[in-house]
Amino acid sequence: MKFFALLLAGVSLLLPAGVGAQETAPDVLVKNVTTEVLDIIRKDKDIQSGSTKRAIELVEQKVLPHFNFTRMTALALGKEWRKATPDQQKVLTEEFRTLLVRTYSNALTAYKNQSVDYLPFRMQPGDADVTVRTHIHQPGGKPITLDYSLEKLAQGWKVYDVVVGGVSLVTNYRESFSAEVRNGGIDGLIKSLQAKNRSMDGSARK
Amino acid sequence: MKATLIKRISILAIAAAATGLLGGCATTGNQKDPVEGFNRAMFGFNEGLDKVVIKPVAQGYEAVLPRPVQTGVVNFFSNIADVFIGVNNLLQGKPVEAVSDGGRFLINTTVGILGIFDPASHMGLEKHDEDFGQTFGRWGVGDGAYIVLPFFGPRTVRDTVGLGFDIYVDPVANIDHVPTRNTLLVTRVVSDRAEVLKADKIIEEAALDKYSYIRDGYLQRRRSLIHDGNPPREKDESAAEEEGGQAVAPLAAGAAQ
Repeated sequence: MKFFALLLAGVSLLLPAGVGAQETAPDVLVKNVTTEVLDIIRKDKDIQSGSTKRAIELVEQKVLPHFNFTRMTALALGKEWRKATPDQQKVLTEEFRTLLVRTYSNALTAYKNQSVDYLPFRMQPGDADVTVRTHIHQPGGKPITLDYSLEKLAQGWKVYDVVVGGVSLVTNYRESFSAEVRNGGIDGLIKSLQAKNRSMDGSARK
Repeated sequence: MKATLIKRISILAIAAAATGLLGGCATTGNQKDPVEGFNRAMFGFNEGLDKVVIKPVAQGYEAVLPRPVQTGVVNFFSNIADVFIGVNNLLQGKPVEAVSDGGRFLINTTVGILGIFDPASHMGLEKHDEDFGQTFGRWGVGDGAYIVLPFFGPRTVRDTVGLGFDIYVDPVANIDHVPTRNTLLVTRVVSDRAEVLKADKIIEEAALDKYSYIRDGYLQRRRSLIHDGNPPREKDESAAEEEGGQAVAPLAAGAAQ
């Protein structure tokens, strides 16, 4: 039963991406992925009991394909991005991706019966940059806003920013990234990110 | 007015912050954070206080009390706060929201048994988040410098003044019966802390530098709150970002596999 639900969800998600001709609207995309991921978490005892490893697998498989990490990294670096060589940009993107995925995955393990409301979504035919707004309702708390910024690329809509309660998970890094660049250049920032990711790797295995 | 404990503490906190401001301390070039040296020291003090006292108490509280009781406590204080959330909505020229806040207070105080339950939310009266700092922001008062206050944590100069007003009118801090007042004040601090225990791990893991992660998060959050969730878009460093947008295609495709 669980297998079929997963299979169905997987197929319905793969179809638009695989065929490529038919494009999923950004609000539908956000809704499909959210619904699918939450369905899986509700059934997955490992994630509920805090398994970061399982959560990361889920995020890698279901969520990452819809994110544009190069754009996210550029946004986080702001004007420092132009100081980086293409190779450095690639390494920065890899490291920032690792950091965000782990953070996001861990947030998922804290999931408890929240429900998601999708706010009315409107877009003009030619729009290539939109925001899909949602409210997360939690028992006994006020709703938290969770907004996704998406841009239209050749392969469809890709998320490039996630804003929780008005705080962008991407641009919130900008000041600390530029401080790192001021102190140690782009390579200094890369080293700090690598050190951060390594230290969290260690703590996750414990 | 009674110089209650909380007021004394807040005066001390604000005075300490003012001293830091005058001192001018070490700056590292962030325009929003001209007294970063002082702020980092105060941040360290607050972290220490949290680690040794507040967090352990909040963890105990969370371990002992069943979830519905904790929710009742959250609702109780949330209901009291609705009164001045309504006043602030009125001051911000939002009478519809203000009436809704008043309605919430009436319904939750009666039907919701002194605010322990929140039937108003189920009836469609949405909970708002307002304070005097936001009201001043709405009136056009700028942030001013970022300050970390002892005990109260991150603020801006504007929000520090706002905090003074919030405390001055706070129904809990103004209760005459001292033991009741102190019990409620402590319970509120512990309950508030217990509600965000889960966020600790996420912040630890997300932040390259916890101090600036919290600072920038606070500033973004306040900006969003002042505009009720719809802040004007910040000027982006577009040239760089456009390049990023172009270069993405192969990577995004790679991630999809």
